[in-house]
Amino acid sequence: MEEHLIDWSRAQFALTAMYHWIFVPLTLGLGFIVAIMETIYVKTNSEFWKNTTKFWLTLFAINFAIGVATGIIMEFEFGTNWANYSWFVGDIFGAPLAVEGILAFFMESTFFAVMFFGWDKVGKKFHLLSTWLVAIGSNLSALWILVANGWMQYPVGMEFNPDTVRNEMVNFWEVLLSPVAVSKFLHTIGSGFVMASLFVVGISAWYLLKKRELEFAKKSMIVGALFGLITSLFLILSGDESAHQVALKQPVKLAAMEGLYEGKEGSGIVAIGILNTEKTLQNDEETFKFDIEIPYALALLGYHDITAYVPGLKDLVYGNEQQGIMSAMVKMQKGKLAVQALEDYKIAKKNNNMKGAQKAKKTLDENMKYFGYGHLKSPEKIVPPVSITFYAFHIMVLLGGWFTFLFALVLYLSLKKNIEKYRVILWCAVWSIPLGYIAGEAGWVVAEVGRQPWAIQDLMPVGIAATKIATTNVMISFMLFAALFTLLLVAEIKIMTKQISIGPNGGH
Amino acid sequence: MININKIYSFYLDGFKNMKIGVTLWKIIFIKLTVIFVFLNYFVHDKSINTEYKSFQSKSNYVYHNLINKKD
Repeated sequence: MEEHLIDWSRAQFALTAMYHWIFVPLTLGLGFIVAIMETIYVKTNSEFWKNTTKFWLTLFAINFAIGVATGIIMEFEFGTNWANYSWFVGDIFGAPLAVEGILAFFMESTFFAVMFFGWDKVGKKFHLLSTWLVAIGSNLSALWILVANGWMQYPVGMEFNPDTVRNEMVNFWEVLLSPVAVSKFLHTIGSGFVMASLFVVGISAWYLLKKRELEFAKKSMIVGALFGLITSLFLILSGDESAHQVALKQPVKLAAMEGLYEGKEGSGIVAIGILNTEKTLQNDEETFKFDIEIPYALALLGYHDITAYVPGLKDLVYGNEQQGIMSAMVKMQKGKLAVQALEDYKIAKKNNNMKGAQKAKKTLDENMKYFGYGHLKSPEKIVPPVSITFYAFHIMVLLGGWFTFLFALVLYLSLKKNIEKYRVILWCAVWSIPLGYIAGEAGWVVAEVGRQPWAIQDLMPVGIAATKIATTNVMISFMLFAALFTLLLVAEIKIMTKQISIGPNGGH
Repeated sequence: MININKIYSFYLDGFKNMKIGVTLWKIIFIKLTVIFVFLNYFVHDKSINTEYKSFQSKSNYVYHNLINKKD
């Protein structure tokens, strides 16, 4: 497979996934914020809260309408650009996506209509229930997608069938409740909640800066900042669990996230650092040109033990007998055995040699978990792009810390002081909206770039997952997707800003 | 029993009274047209489903890719 084609297919998928993720987090979080505001309206029977709910609901609708179906393109791409992968994953990927489709269609679309058309036509409580169900339904849709993604990071609950060359689900609950899938789901929706809170706080801050809609802005800001602070703390906890799972299931990714070439006991976390671009696996150059480290923090975060040994990239590539770490070369040998066993099995079956088939199947089963290594050219191939993974991880964490501080500060100033006077803070809140998107995208970059070269962890590298199609077609469709998504983004920003400038009293 | 007329008028009134919703529906319509019709030509070029019709032939295609390719 030519590298050029694989890179274009990768780039195309990254482009569509990253654009799709611009629309999703706001839907995940704003639905709950709207539901909370409507709950206040139903409790207080205040027209102010009804109007406030309607305003944020309109922005929710704009984002939803423009973002809807942008994920479909990725499903096309699985079939066209990643055909080997699509076949190999079998029903494991299909089942969660089908559930997602059914949930999205029936739950969301039914209650969406009530939420938008049902004001004054259905009872207040039924309307409120619909709003909550839309919020919950959106997040449940995300669950199934993230379960599928979690399986790619940590494939469990399946058995490889050499007759069909597919993985077959043998335990649905193992797939659904995989610790990687659960932590990924919680951390991802948490990031959506924080993003939506930044959106509400930022827009409210803009109204205060413009000295408009003061009561609306202040009260919206309190709801947004409180929701943001609570969900930021939740995000920290789920992030801790995510990192723990990465340490256990994807140690190469963890080492790349921290630029850790040499493993050590009680390893620290680099709070801020600039990587030395000359550093490679083969030399002894310093990893960082500059860094500030928090001692023991990586061992604590990754293994919940400050004395734990955190393997570095060199341990994981070349092995470390003392620490019981198998080298990538040994895994490659096992992987080649698995690939050869698959071929032997097929040949034996074709020749009606049942004994031979049985023997080959046994070898395949014993080495199947290293199957993907059998396709790698060299052990060093297991290392993802370190600098992208490192910087994306640190941008995400630093921004997450900033958001938590911002929510706490805004909440304090809103409740105890006159926040209108703190214009610098208000501007910070406005500019934190794009920062929220950057943090979310950075999180996905860590998750996906950090697990390269794997399409399915340890089982299938991207070079094998990709379909051999015309590179020109992938390039053309890349350009078209880029144009389409950019147009949608421009439309979103334009319609959204117009609606915001109209304000909460301008009709929805 | 579900009153079909009531549901019909619920949706009809909802669509009639839309303000910004009209623009959003236009965007959804244009977007879906572009995705399913226009891009279809480029994206649905060749796939395992268009090239191989039977389950067995698809399985064989992937099998050969799995045993022959190198990353």
